Amino acid sequence: MSHPATDAEGHGHGHEGHDDHHHDPSFWEHYIFSTDHKMIAKQYLLTGMAMAVIGGFLVYCFRMQLAFPGMHVPFYGVVSPMEYNALVTNHGTIMIFWVAMPVLIAAFGNFCIPLMIGCDDMVFPRLNRLSYQVFLLSAIVIVASFFVPNGGFGGAWTAYPPLSGNAEYSLTPLGGSMWVLAVALEFAAFLIGGINFVTTAMNSRAPGMKWHDVPMIVWMICIASILFMASVGPLIAGAIMLLFDQQLGTGFFDPRVGGDPILWQHLFWFFGHPEVYVVLLPATGMVAEVMPVFARKKLFAYKTILYTAVGTGVLSFFVWAHHQFISGIDPRMANVFTVTTVLISIPIAEMMFLYIATLYGGSIRLTTPMLWGLAFVAEFLIGGVTGIYLGASGADIYFHDTYFVLAHFHYTFFPIAFIGTFTGLTYWYPKMFGRMMNPTLGKIHFWGTIIPYNCIFIPLFVLGAAGQHRRIYNYNHFPELSTPDMQALRIVATVSLLVLIAFQFLFLWNFFYSMWFGKKAPKNPWRATTLEWTTESPPPHGNWPDGLPTVYRGAYEYGVPGRDEDYWPQNEPN
Amino acid sequence: MSFRPIATTRAATGAPTGRLAVWWLIASEIVIFGGLLASYLMHRLGHEEWANYAIHTNTMAGAFNTFVLLTSSLSAVLAHNAAEMGDGPKAAKYLVATICGGGVFLVIKTFEWSNEIIHGYTITANSFWSFYYTAAGIHGCHVIAGMIIMGFVAVDANRNKELHRVELCGIYWHFVDLVWIFLFPLLYIAK
Repeated sequence: MSHPATDAEGHGHGHEGHDDHHHDPSFWEHYIFSTDHKMIAKQYLLTGMAMAVIGGFLVYCFRMQLAFPGMHVPFYGVVSPMEYNALVTNHGTIMIFWVAMPVLIAAFGNFCIPLMIGCDDMVFPRLNRLSYQVFLLSAIVIVASFFVPNGGFGGAWTAYPPLSGNAEYSLTPLGGSMWVLAVALEFAAFLIGGINFVTTAMNSRAPGMKWHDVPMIVWMICIASILFMASVGPLIAGAIMLLFDQQLGTGFFDPRVGGDPILWQHLFWFFGHPEVYVVLLPATGMVAEVMPVFARKKLFAYKTILYTAVGTGVLSFFVWAHHQFISGIDPRMANVFTVTTVLISIPIAEMMFLYIATLYGGSIRLTTPMLWGLAFVAEFLIGGVTGIYLGASGADIYFHDTYFVLAHFHYTFFPIAFIGTFTGLTYWYPKMFGRMMNPTLGKIHFWGTIIPYNCIFIPLFVLGAAGQHRRIYNYNHFPELSTPDMQALRIVATVSLLVLIAFQFLFLWNFFYSMWFGKKAPKNPWRATTLEWTTESPPPHGNWPDGLPTVYRGAYEYGVPGRDEDYWPQNEPN
Repeated sequence: MSFRPIATTRAATGAPTGRLAVWWLIASEIVIFGGLLASYLMHRLGHEEWANYAIHTNTMAGAFNTFVLLTSSLSAVLAHNAAEMGDGPKAAKYLVATICGGGVFLVIKTFEWSNEIIHGYTITANSFWSFYYTAAGIHGCHVIAGMIIMGFVAVDANRNKELHRVELCGIYWHFVDLVWIFLFPLLYIAK
């Protein structure tokens, strides 16, 4: 049972109510400089969505170039080779750091954690605001990098030196350093935010909420934050070294002066691999929240899922060199990393099976969030299985740097960043904005996303297996890669992308229109058991002005025998 | 709403939120410095000739700085002690002593580095010196940051406010000291 710590003056809070803020906030206080976790969540969400539009525009440009080389791309122009590099680099960088992370972790973490553990805000509201401001600055820096002389950095999101460390090679003296700076600022923002999330979840739980009553999404975001904090350090050191190489002429990664480019690879991937689990775990958390609600059935094997997530996190630190199989590392080391890489597929596959087990025997309602949750499991399984091919170091000799890799990681990243996001967004939208989204539009958007998405990336598996390498701006220069069949597949992928993009406008319409004109949402439109559904939609300042809830049971008590209702909220005494 | 929501005062783990947060901060910092120092170590082990460069670091200055930081850690402990007893002004005085310790550290470093730069041992001279200045420089930034934060906390403590933050400063400062304890042998003693 928790007891509030006394503050420095020696008196504790005698009552759980408080009210020392009496004036109505101005527009600036309410929307721009807010310390309220719900507003900060929305700031992260909207920024992430805007960056997704930018990231989507970038992929549109370079995929048009790939399908129709040399064409004048509408709204852009002709894509030069150097611009192509900058487009692919920034597409990847933006989607991972400025879309997946802010939306999945910062937006949903900020919104859901205090509400789902039954407290009134994050433990450090001003630090929370600071983390968003640093994040916003990082977003401004990366976008600004496109407009400086010589344009944005084009050395791939992996930024390998010597290309990235030397302006003679990268040809982007300013863009390269702005890229590093933007990523470093983003890291700082997430370190600050992570401390807030983990401390809040550990310490500020509602009375009666034991660790196994905490909703899975909260656990997942916390584990992801810890994973991030533990893995990003070496890359921060590496980023400083790269910046010094770029700007001061040091030679940390320059072999001409005794540096080692492979050092960068190790520093990058030691972070880079846990990073994918940093974004995966929150996405699986969304699915874990949505499936019990729409199968009206308890989450299957809660503790196993939790231990699996922790185990995955730990194991993720021991697989990184599978990105470096053909970079010159000792083949015996490659063997070790093959073993660990194949091993890590087991806990994640198990997690997917546990979600399927949650569905078994359930009373399934195919609402929009449920459709997205089901799609996550199906699509992610394809990504996971294709990862096994790549994890085998022998096979990777062929597959490395081909489109097979690219299709693999889009079958993992797209479910994570988009399907996971849509799962959470369509589910929590009523709570966030107090309105219901249009379900018909939601379902059309769902199918209009999933079908084109597969039509983009299945061809890319085929192209990759046929030997198409990544990061090449015009395959017409390679006779064996520019057969009519292969070019046809490129065109199929690009046209499917255009269809995918078109359907996203439907989502944007639904999202913004419903905010003002959607049906007003009740407290608990989905009849769910977790704490956020016990307060108004949207929750007022302080979340529960009449007193924070107490918890009496776990988060997934659905279909409990002998009860009238098929769900038993966490905060009801009986 | 007040800037201290109810959430901040809860302590389901038993540890106050401030202390929990600072420990998480330290954890992330350990990985940053750990990564940097591991990179340095791997390089050093692979480059025997670095011993020829390392010989030019000023071990006396490094040793004296070690003594300075350890003493400032002592004053940080005394500050915490005073805060625990509720004596804010005394805690503030000891915090100021700690800040001064940091200041002395930085002054000695300034002289030390100026001397080295004049002799041509700049950050671009060779890889050893690149690591030397980067590692010690990042550490120095943490010293400066700690001094600034301790300044704010000392001002509050002097008025007997937010005394729990004195301990948090102490935890952070001990970490900064600990990093130096690693840097000193790696950069100065290993010749």
